[in-house]
Amino acid sequence: MQIYLPIAELSVNALVLLGLGGLVGLLSGMFGVGGGFLITPLLFFLGIPPAVAVATGANQVVASSVSGVLAQLRRKAVDFRMGLVLLGGGVIGSAGGIWVFAALARAGQVDVFVQLCYVIFLGGMGAMMLQESLATLRRSRRPGAPVRRAHVHTWVHGLPFKMRFRASGLYISVLPPLAVGAMVGFLAAIMGVGGGFIMVPAMIYLLGMPTKVVVGTSLFQIIFVTAFTTVMHAVTSQTVDMVLALLLILGGVVGAQVGARIGLMLRAEQLRILLALLVLGVCLRVALDLLLTPDELYSLAPGVMP
Amino acid sequence: MRWLALLLLLACPARAETIVAGLSQTSVAITADFTGEEILVYGAVKREAPAPDGPPLHVIVTAEGPQGQVVVRKKERRFGIWMNGDAVRVDRAPAFYAVAATGPLGAILSETENLRHRITIPRAIRAVGISSEARDAPAFVDALIRIREVEGRYALDEAGVSLAEETLFRADVMLPSNLTEGDYRVRLFLLRGGRVVDWQEQVIPVAKAGLERWIFNLSREQPLLYGLLSLLLAAGAGWGASAAFRLVRS
Repeated sequence: MQIYLPIAELSVNALVLLGLGGLVGLLSGMFGVGGGFLITPLLFFLGIPPAVAVATGANQVVASSVSGVLAQLRRKAVDFRMGLVLLGGGVIGSAGGIWVFAALARAGQVDVFVQLCYVIFLGGMGAMMLQESLATLRRSRRPGAPVRRAHVHTWVHGLPFKMRFRASGLYISVLPPLAVGAMVGFLAAIMGVGGGFIMVPAMIYLLGMPTKVVVGTSLFQIIFVTAFTTVMHAVTSQTVDMVLALLLILGGVVGAQVGARIGLMLRAEQLRILLALLVLGVCLRVALDLLLTPDELYSLAPGVMP
Repeated sequence: MRWLALLLLLACPARAETIVAGLSQTSVAITADFTGEEILVYGAVKREAPAPDGPPLHVIVTAEGPQGQVVVRKKERRFGIWMNGDAVRVDRAPAFYAVAATGPLGAILSETENLRHRITIPRAIRAVGISSEARDAPAFVDALIRIREVEGRYALDEAGVSLAEETLFRADVMLPSNLTEGDYRVRLFLLRGGRVVDWQEQVIPVAKAGLERWIFNLSREQPLLYGLLSLLLAAGAGWGASAAFRLVRS
C-alpha cells in the first residue's frame, strides 16, 4: 500500500513505515530510549531526505515517549525533580547545538559530523554499558561475591549546590545533572535523537540513580526536548512530515506498550546487555558508511550555497 | 507588389508542416495514493501540400518540471574517512526532465538547434560559470544527471515516440512518484534533416490535492500551528495507545 508523503514529496509503502514504527516503539518501551537513534538512520535508508528524517523522527519520539512515560508514571518510576533539572540543561545544550548545526550546514559538513557523533557516542556508550553489565552478570553468577555498595562517594559528591532528589534517593550537586542534560540537548539538536541512549547510562553511572527510576525520568525529559525540537524544525525548516510521523507513531505506540511488558519480564542486567549490543550494532553500521568507499561519490542538495 | 508576396509565400517552406497536438490530461493531482502517472502525448503533422522529399521526418517530445538551484558535492577521503569536499552550484536544473524521440538524438537533431531550444538533458541544465568552482566541474554536472536518472527524474528514450505514415505520432511520458509540484512544460518538435521545422508547447500543472494539499499549505503558511498540531497528534496517539492497552488488560 503506497502512500504519498506531502512534505518529503515521495511515495512510500505504508506497511513498511508501520512496521518500522512498531520495531522502534518496542525497543523504546523496553529500554526507555526514545528510538531516535534508530529511526533517523532507518529513514535515510528508505530514501527520505535527511532534513525530513531528522525533524519527523523527533516528532515520532514525542509519541513513543508519552506512551512510555504513562506506563512508568503508574509504577511511580519518574523523578520529576531530576527530570526538570535535566531539562534545564537540555534547553541550554539544544540552543548551542542548533547554532553549531547551522554553521556546519553552511560548510556542507553536516552529514559527516552527524555520522561521527553517532560513531563516537554510540560506540563509547555501548562499549561502557556492555563491559559494565557483563561484569555485573559475572558477579551475580558467583555466589558469595561481595555486592557493590549502593552509594560510592566520588568527586561528583564534592560539588556545591546540593539538592535532594527524593524519588531517586540522592542528595547531590545539581551541576552534574545540568551537564548531562546540556550534553543530551546538544546531541538532540545535532543528531535528531531524544538522547535516551546517552542519558540512561549517564544517569546510572555518573549520577548514581537507581535503575528503576532511570527509564521513566529519561522518557519524561525526552518528551520536552523532542517537542521543542519538533516545533523548531516545523517553524524554521518546515521539514516535519505529519503523514510520515503519524504512520511511524501508529506502529510505535503499539510497539512501546508491548516493549514495556517485555521489559518488566527481563532483569536489569540483561536489559542493559541487549541495549549495549543494539547501540554497538548501529554504531558499526554508521562507521562502515564513513570508512568504506561509497558507490556514489557525489550528492545533491537543493538550494543555495554561500 | 502582389508578385512579390506570392514569391515570398512560395519561397517560405518553414510553415509547410505544422504540429497539431494534444495531451491525455490537462492537469495532474497528487493525492495520498499517488504512485506516479503516465501522460500520453499525441498529435499529427498538418500539411498544406504533400510531404516534401528529402530527409525523413522526426519528432522529439520533452517534458520538463520546475527549475531549481542545486548544489552538487563530492566526497573525498580525508583523515581516513569519507567526507564532503568540493562543491559546485548549478544555477538551474529541472526537477524532472524526460526526452523521447523517434531516433537517436545525435542523428536527428543538429547541435545548433539543440543549443537554441535546449532539448537534450545536458542542455536543459544551466551551469554557466561552474568551471571556476572546481577543477573538474563537468564531472559534477555528469553526476547530477546520473543521480537524477537513477531516481527516475531524468529520462532519455530515443525510441519513445512512434510515428506512423509521417503524420500521426504518440509518446508516453512517465511521471515518477517522487514528483515535485509545479507547472510541467511539454514541448513537441518536428524535425527534418536536423532542423526544427515546427514546435509547440503545452503546460500541465502538477499540484497536490485534497489532504496532501491542506497539510502542505498549513506547513508553509502556519508553521507554528502546524508544529503544534504535529505535537498534539503525537501526544494524543501516545496517550490513546496507553489508555487502550490499560483497557485491554483490565
